[in-house]
Amino acid sequence: MNVQKQPGPDLAPPASSVGVIGWLRKNLFSSAPNTVLTLVAAYLIYITLVPAFQWAFLNADWVGDSREACDSGGACWVFVAVRFDQFMYGFYPEAEYWRINLAFGLLIALMVPLFIEKFSRKGMLAAFILIVYPVIAYYLFSGGAFGLVHVETSLWGGLSLTLVLAGVGIVAALPIGIVLALGRRSGMPIVRAVSVVFIEFWRGVPLITVLFMSSVMLPLFLPEGTHFDKLLRAMIGIVMFQSAYMAEVVRGGLQAIPKGQYEAAQALGLSYWKTMGLIVLPQALKLVIPGIVNTFIALFKDTTLVLIIGLFDLLATIQSAFSDPNWLGYSVEGYVFAAATFWIFCFSMSRYSQALERKLHTGHAR
Amino acid sequence: MSETDTAKPEMSASSEAMIQIQGMHKWYGEFHVLKDINLNVAKGERIVICGPSGSGKSTMIRCINRLEEHQQGKIIVEGTELTDDVKHIDQIRREVGMVFQHFNLFPHLTVLENCILALIWVRKMSRRDAEEIGMKFLGKVKIPEQARKYPGQLSGGQQQRVAIARSLCMNPSIMLFDEPTSALDPEMIKEVLDTMIQLAESGMTMLCVTHEMGFAKTVANRVIFMDGGEIIEENEPEAFFSNPQHDRTKLFLSQIM
Repeated sequence: MNVQKQPGPDLAPPASSVGVIGWLRKNLFSSAPNTVLTLVAAYLIYITLVPAFQWAFLNADWVGDSREACDSGGACWVFVAVRFDQFMYGFYPEAEYWRINLAFGLLIALMVPLFIEKFSRKGMLAAFILIVYPVIAYYLFSGGAFGLVHVETSLWGGLSLTLVLAGVGIVAALPIGIVLALGRRSGMPIVRAVSVVFIEFWRGVPLITVLFMSSVMLPLFLPEGTHFDKLLRAMIGIVMFQSAYMAEVVRGGLQAIPKGQYEAAQALGLSYWKTMGLIVLPQALKLVIPGIVNTFIALFKDTTLVLIIGLFDLLATIQSAFSDPNWLGYSVEGYVFAAATFWIFCFSMSRYSQALERKLHTGHAR
Repeated sequence: MSETDTAKPEMSASSEAMIQIQGMHKWYGEFHVLKDINLNVAKGERIVICGPSGSGKSTMIRCINRLEEHQQGKIIVEGTELTDDVKHIDQIRREVGMVFQHFNLFPHLTVLENCILALIWVRKMSRRDAEEIGMKFLGKVKIPEQARKYPGQLSGGQQQRVAIARSLCMNPSIMLFDEPTSALDPEMIKEVLDTMIQLAESGMTMLCVTHEMGFAKTVANRVIFMDGGEIIEENEPEAFFSNPQHDRTKLFLSQIM
């Protein structure tokens, strides 16, 4: 007979299996082939990253006025520095830069309280940001009222235009996508048919053709002389396109909610919209945060396609700078700057989504 | 378990019919899942429905609160006929509470929020009043200290008791139980059955689909045996268990007792 009278003592693990040494042994040097791979990878990193780092930082030129300042053989960030305003604001008149700065500064200031745990009126603040702020921002950007000079949308450009397109696209595509997803799953045949047609049409055409058609073909169909703002056309096209994708992402989440949740809500007497708003959508949207943020990031990068219709987003502005006779030959710096800027925004969205997932997960703590 | 005597008060002489099912048939496509169901449930009656899997027991009680639709026959709940009319359905659902086999608690809300959600959004109560009622019923199912926790942090038995409290908060006149203990392990079945017995003693009209025959013997006024979509036999528990009439009933009882 074998009876263990007392629970065994907790021993410490052996030294070589924990800590840095343990990690290195397990992950990099665990077997002969793995050791070889580690050494090969280290070598590849050395021959690619080190020269890149040298080019971008160590040998680079950061200050100056003209191309004479770029003589060290590394990256010429002077090019970016000199043209920075244009990259940020496009062709917006310099005297009115403060309006764009104010608009974005205001947005950041409004959004900060949303991230503070204790702030109690988040609902009202969110409603303000979604409803009132766009009107304020529109007047700041476009002017024409309140004593502000009117600035045509064809002058908007650079990073500020990219952010306007992406911002409007993101904020509009999610609710429209949710409605379409619910419509596609609806029991009512007409609602379902309309949702399916919308989704399949907008998913079936490339965004580039949507933008092209909106810019070139739409004026042919409109009566003579109607001026439908080009930026507005581009925004509508982007929003329609992305909400179709968003609809399918949200539908995936809706499908994953067990039928029992709907049944429990029905048994309690909740109506369709209350069931969706209180029970199903909070769970479904939380499930598909990765898919939603994915769509947002894709949207952000898709804004570069407006180049096709003559709108100068960040990438197009940088590209147009390449033809400046004073700064020929610095296209690499321009593209690296564009890539870095996009990467900062997209990576920030990605990190935020992970933080959001971690935070919401506390509701399901087991 | 409570004493047999105290668990079964006399049925009221007026016997108002809470539920009347008349000639109900249901089909899933071509499959005839419920055949000619006739059932009257009086106020304060406790009915246990048993039978083999696939006999239509759950489907039948789900027809009562329109989670399933019947194609033929009448279902009348507290005088309101159950039809496609959404107003009738909503009215009936407000009076009928349901407890599910897999609890179906809302995982993204706390236990208390689960209980008061419908009070706030359907009965339009203020949050404070709703919380008071919620805590009262959580107390009745003996888990008031779990109010701020999430369902995922509770054991199965506790979750099912929250589900019962959630239904009771809406003050229903009829409670439907769809195999409430079938997903629980034996240690937890007792705590849920005790809660249900307590509820029965308070005079609630209950329809319970269950395999817990001990519960039927303790609390039920009538036991109904269903098989193949039909009601085969119904009787008072003592007579039902000691002297089953139909062969299929006899076969079923011999297998589970």
